[in-house]
Amino acid sequence: MIGLTHYLVVAAILFTMGVLGIFLNRKNLIVILMAIELILLAVNLNLVAFSAYLHDLVGQVFAMFVLTVAAGEAAIGLAILVIYFRSRGTIAVDDVNRMKG
Amino acid sequence: MIQAIAFYLFAIVVVGSGAMTISSRNPVHSVMWLILAFFNAAGLMVLVGAEFIAMLLVIVYVGAVAVLFLFVVMMLDIDVAEMRAGVARYFAVGLALAVALAAEILIGIGAWEAGGVKISRRAAPIDSAVPNIQAIGDLLYTRYLFVFEGAGLVLLVAMIGAIVLTHRQRSGVRPQNISRQNARRPQDATRNVQPPVGEGVEL
Repeated sequence: MIGLTHYLVVAAILFTMGVLGIFLNRKNLIVILMAIELILLAVNLNLVAFSAYLHDLVGQVFAMFVLTVAAGEAAIGLAILVIYFRSRGTIAVDDVNRMKG
Repeated sequence: MIQAIAFYLFAIVVVGSGAMTISSRNPVHSVMWLILAFFNAAGLMVLVGAEFIAMLLVIVYVGAVAVLFLFVVMMLDIDVAEMRAGVARYFAVGLALAVALAAEILIGIGAWEAGGVKISRRAAPIDSAVPNIQAIGDLLYTRYLFVFEGAGLVLLVAMIGAIVLTHRQRSGVRPQNISRQNARRPQDATRNVQPPVGEGVEL
């Protein structure tokens, strides 16, 4: 029988992989957005696993809301990416210094 | 036994395709690996009996978000070669951070395994006689109705925001003006003349 720990370890690996992806792809904003999707997937996996093993359905409902926010985030992020590329011609993170922050 | 085999298959593929997503040279390949990762994560969720979330993952992520990524990747004209230039510079610090984060999460899991928190009350206990989709529907349309409406509002705002951000008024193109076309009458556009014989018409 597969335990809850197995799921938690898989989600932990996926989460750290997403964080590593943000560092590795500094030149490519699209892959950074994909890494964020991986992180949210790991979170969803955690929520669903806890929901199943603790016999509480609220975790799955919450996972659905996380999914909603992730979809909205992807849409807005890609829209910002498109207009940024249109005005600058690059999607490297290091070049995002227009606001001199 | 078969469950363990399925779990390890899905887990290995999801981790492997996650690694390929962040390390792939071509963004299009990254999207493909991301799709594979989502499919396998959906398989993992089916294994614990969360069919609704699994199907939602396949429909929403593979059907919508991944295709959105694919569209954007193909729309932008990116130089793939110089994309990977800065990898070596950030690899060490990124790896160190990832290892530290993984160690912290694993320590947390170990602490939880050792019997940290006991939850006495369930907010919505799972009844094995009720199908997963029906149970989630019951919960979603009663107790979490307002949160559900809020989620719909979030999606609406995201949609409007994406349209407003990417919409542009292009000059120099001549779009079709349907109301002007329909308002045009024959008497505005044509003229009836009676030219004398042998003289022709002055246009």
